[in-house]
Amino acid sequence: MNKKTRLSDAIYYIFVIAFSFLMLYPILWMFGSSLKPETEVFSNAAALIPIEWDWLNYPEGWEGFGGTGFDVFFRNSLFVTGMVVIGSLMSCSIVAYGFARINFKFKKLLFVCLISTVLLPIQIILVPQYLLFQQLNWVNTFYPLIVPHFLGGTPFFIFLLIQFIRGIPKELDEAAIIDGCSRFGVFWRIVLPLLKPALVTVAIFAFMWSWDDFLTPLIYLNSVEIQTVSLGLRNFMDAEAGTSWGPLLAMSSLSLLPQFILFLFFQRYLVDGISTTGLK
Amino acid sequence: MKSNQVLENRTVSPAFVEKERKRRRMKESLTGYAMISPWLIGFFGLVIGPMIYSFILSFTDYDMLSAPKWAGFSNYIELFTNDPRFLKALKATFTFVAIAVPLKLAFSLFLALLFNTGRKGSGLFTTIYYVPSIIGGSVAISVVWRQLFGRDGAANTILDSMGLGTISFFGNADAAMSILILLIVWQFGAPMIIFLAGLRQIPQDLYEAASVDGAGTIRKFIKVTIPMLTPIIFFNLVMEMIAGFMTFTQAFLVTGGGPRDSTCFMRCTCMKLLSSF
Repeated sequence: MNKKTRLSDAIYYIFVIAFSFLMLYPILWMFGSSLKPETEVFSNAAALIPIEWDWLNYPEGWEGFGGTGFDVFFRNSLFVTGMVVIGSLMSCSIVAYGFARINFKFKKLLFVCLISTVLLPIQIILVPQYLLFQQLNWVNTFYPLIVPHFLGGTPFFIFLLIQFIRGIPKELDEAAIIDGCSRFGVFWRIVLPLLKPALVTVAIFAFMWSWDDFLTPLIYLNSVEIQTVSLGLRNFMDAEAGTSWGPLLAMSSLSLLPQFILFLFFQRYLVDGISTTGLK
Repeated sequence: MKSNQVLENRTVSPAFVEKERKRRRMKESLTGYAMISPWLIGFFGLVIGPMIYSFILSFTDYDMLSAPKWAGFSNYIELFTNDPRFLKALKATFTFVAIAVPLKLAFSLFLALLFNTGRKGSGLFTTIYYVPSIIGGSVAISVVWRQLFGRDGAANTILDSMGLGTISFFGNADAAMSILILLIVWQFGAPMIIFLAGLRQIPQDLYEAASVDGAGTIRKFIKVTIPMLTPIIFFNLVMEMIAGFMTFTQAFLVTGGGPRDSTCFMRCTCMKLLSSF
């Protein structure tokens, strides 16, 4: 029996470790190849470690194309993502409190509306929303990327926070109200501080998704100087048309860096977040 | 409740109490609406409004310059009978979802079962397997995929060294579809974690009882694990199907919808139509 478990353990570990290598290969390959000189990207294509290390890919890629460097794209991305995180935290927390604790007319119906939009595919509203933002003269500005998030743009977050608030004892609210606290005061002084762990989860997901987003910037941002990293990267790919893979991969690696750092420090929240609510 | 008792102790008329109660409920309702107002504005202004608007426009002839003209069902009839691009996109999307989603779920369930055996280090490995789920939708990964499966890319180098020859991944419809499916299945980490959380919820005594009754590993899986996990399987299936139908970045950037629109999914087609204005 003992021998048998040891054998199965060995098979398990060999499989799991070999498979992790396979899973991480594309990512490691990207970092490795970002340091390969131009010729080596093809002649030494599959290797993870370059024969000759070419650090110049990074400054060269950072220059960008057509006079616009990646410093501009990173600044834009950080601004948009920062605003999206702030907007999501503010709007989703207060809306969630309203749904979780206050009785108002048509609450059940509106809650059903909220849940159904969680599952709504975006392409249904893609074109009409574009027409709306065009009427408002918002095309080619950051507004279409930011404003929806100040209006509870991600129903998933609201849902997550409602679930969390329902777990906070109602007696705390009632005690505060008897002491003369207003509803908003209860939200601000009692519920919000207790909501911190869930808010961290929301902030991280908002950051990850907004940083990654490609479709919205592609539709709304035309001028080069307001484009985000994901869009800049795509245009960089088109502009260089396969001639300078080194700098392109260097910038790809850099574009993933914020997400990796966040994952490293907050993976607990991410894993808890998806396992409790099924977020992705 | 408490404030009403105070009022009653002062012996005020029941009519006044009733009025006061109504006033409070009204106030509460207003506070509720004030609090959910951000979402309410977004829901009606950015979701429901535009949806109804586009539904109405779909029955008209509209070129965004002159006023829309009523056209009945002609747009829909045209779409289904006279638009090869739409039908092709429909077929490509359904093929893609029908293969990628079950594969992804099977993989995630298999690995979740493996990690549920309680061996050491499973936390580290789940973390590693989860990494692709976080960054898989990014442009950077699409760039990597394009290069990995390019003509002189890593995949062909490896295939060639094994004596299997090279494949033109972007020139062949099936190969192009396969690398997109691979890219999606690669991101099985998120459903895996959900499965793992679900597996840990199953009470251990069910397995013990099944063992006492003489059930083997496979039988326990079919008779205990699968029924107990059904809601989570269903949840993952729905979530992954929605995500699958919405796949855009990867198809748009890795294959560009090609060759000959064979991987041009619905959203991709939508985008191409939009940009052709």
